[in-house]
Amino acid sequence: MKKQMMDTENRPVMPGFASLSRLGADTLLVRLAGSWRMERSLPGAKDVLDRAGDLSGIRRAVFDSSEIVSWDSSLATFLATFFQECERRHIRAEPEGLPPGVQRLLQLAAAFGRRMDAKRPEPGGSFFALAGERSIDLSRSFLDLLEFIGSATLSLARLVRGRARFRLTELVHVLQQSGPNALPIIFLISALVGVILAFVGAVQLKMFEAQIYVANVVGIAMAREMGPMMTAIIMMGRTGAAFAAHLGTMETNEEIDAFRTWGIDPMEFLVLPRMVALVMMMPLLTVYADLIGILGGALVGVGMFDLSLPQYLDQTRAALTLTQFGIGLSKSIVFAMIIAISGCFYGMRCGRSASAVGEATTRSVVAGIVFIVVADGVFAVITNALWI
Amino acid sequence: MNHEREHPISVHDVTVSYDGTAVLNNIGFCVKQGEIFVVMGGSGSGKSTLMKAMVGLLQPARGRVLYDGTSFWEADPDVRRRILRRIGVLYQRGALWSSMTLAENVALPLEEFTALRPGEIRDLVSFKLSLVGLSGVENSYPSEISGGMMKRAALARAIALDPEILFFDEPSAGLDPVSARLLDELILELRENLHTTIVVITHDLESIFSIADTSIFLDSADRTMIAWGNPRALLEQSEDPRVRRFLTRGRLSGAPEG
Ligand SMILES: Nc1ncnc2c1ncn2[C@@H]1O[C@H](COP(=O)(O)OP(=O)(O)O)[C@@H](O)[C@H]1O
Ligand SMILES: [Mg+2]
Repeated sequence: MKKQMMDTENRPVMPGFASLSRLGADTLLVRLAGSWRMERSLPGAKDVLDRAGDLSGIRRAVFDSSEIVSWDSSLATFLATFFQECERRHIRAEPEGLPPGVQRLLQLAAAFGRRMDAKRPEPGGSFFALAGERSIDLSRSFLDLLEFIGSATLSLARLVRGRARFRLTELVHVLQQSGPNALPIIFLISALVGVILAFVGAVQLKMFEAQIYVANVVGIAMAREMGPMMTAIIMMGRTGAAFAAHLGTMETNEEIDAFRTWGIDPMEFLVLPRMVALVMMMPLLTVYADLIGILGGALVGVGMFDLSLPQYLDQTRAALTLTQFGIGLSKSIVFAMIIAISGCFYGMRCGRSASAVGEATTRSVVAGIVFIVVADGVFAVITNALWI
Repeated sequence: MNHEREHPISVHDVTVSYDGTAVLNNIGFCVKQGEIFVVMGGSGSGKSTLMKAMVGLLQPARGRVLYDGTSFWEADPDVRRRILRRIGVLYQRGALWSSMTLAENVALPLEEFTALRPGEIRDLVSFKLSLVGLSGVENSYPSEISGGMMKRAALARAIALDPEILFFDEPSAGLDPVSARLLDELILELRENLHTTIVVITHDLESIFSIADTSIFLDSADRTMIAWGNPRALLEQSEDPRVRRFLTRGRLSGAPEG
């Protein structure tokens, strides 16, 4: 059996309910009774009206609230919907019979309710509508991105011709932030990647007694692929995210507006130094990563597969051509641009709400890593086509 | 021509929208040389949006913003840049550049737009900072000072190039009443001594009645301006209940004191 509701004096209290009856030809009497409190489930206005049966001829509704034991805003909520339903059915609801407090609440809600006319598009809609909107959004932000890349390129060109306003202090600041501080983590990751490559390679090569070639595997893989790629991913997570967060905070703080109203182009002032700094820094970091990775591989080769260190290093030197290094370095420059652009782009598109900076940062990192991997794929195709 | 000399800013039938949704419709007014012009209205009524359209941050969907008779949004980039150089803006949150010290913040426009030598710039910067009562904290970063000091530093930056027109977006927002009154006094001093034309966006009644020469009222429901005039005159004469309610809010009797 259902548990009886109790009030404070432990008497059972009737939960709120509404009953409708006809009062003359065109009048509906709504009798409200019981305890209208949020703790229990209460009748819905629409149900009550639907269950009332034939309402034809009814032009007005009056209320009798003398049997209400207690009420809170759930009663007002019920009535607000009830009034709307009445209006829809062309019934005039006359609130005079309601408790004065409820009448006042309803007036307040009505006064504010009318004011809002925020025009926001209906959420939901059919699957196709949603998919369509999403693709329009995507293509629009892709166009924005292209525009951003375009104007970044233009300001780069202005810089090369010596026409851009370029702040050296900003460049130095970014260089300090993005370079030396990244060394420890790049050390750790590259050493581990070198070790892993050496293990995978050496175990296979040992079957042919060719474990010396592990030096080739590690050297080429680090210089061509893993060095630039891992450095780029680390830098996207560290520096790219920092760019997005910094520019996002500046946007939220109206600092970027402050540049614009002076007629100072934020592209030259903020984006350009970051691009230049990364383009200078990434190749250096990549070379560093290559070396550490090769040393990591040597550690495995020497420690576990009975190769001597000079032997391993000689083999590496023989395997690594300048071309391999060159490919890795050109990749690192492209990755540097990708990191700087996706960090700055999402930072500058940041909204003004409190959560906007976090969202911008996440977006920039995700997009940046995707672009890095895609660019790496493009490189693979091109180098393959060129036989290098 | 005379009208242009006396009215450095005029706004003609401007409509501004975000993503195709108009938030301000058919705004038109002009601002007299040397006056303090107040844009008032509740939150979300589009005050900041109107300012953005006037300081070159947001192109209106329709209408024109004229500076000395030149239509800003129809002008070439070079002309626009020249107009912007004559304008100073104090943003709602100060918008000091967070990675620079106060002195660097004030110095940046001077470095960018003048041919002054570093020593001269340094002197100018400390003069501007002392005008707003901030001598001695030149080398602090914006994060190290209070909100009131931040606003004043931002004011020092806004007046770095001796602008002919100054915009203030809610100067008293987030300040205690004492700092807010101090800022009002600073605004009056600037007008007296530098003959700057000043546009202030605010909903602070005390500011409105103590500094405004002329004002317009933006209504958030109608998304347009519904009054234009001196606020005291509006208080006495306006028939519009929304304007009256705004101007008498928080008062028992209608008349402003002082
Ligand atoms: N970047 C934006 N994108 C979309 N709508 C905005 C944006 N900024 C402001 N709005 C909307 O425009 C209206 C006016 O905003 P605003 O000019 O900031 O008002 P005020 O400064 O008077 O408080 C508000 O309804 C606000 O939601
Ligand atoms: Mg505002």
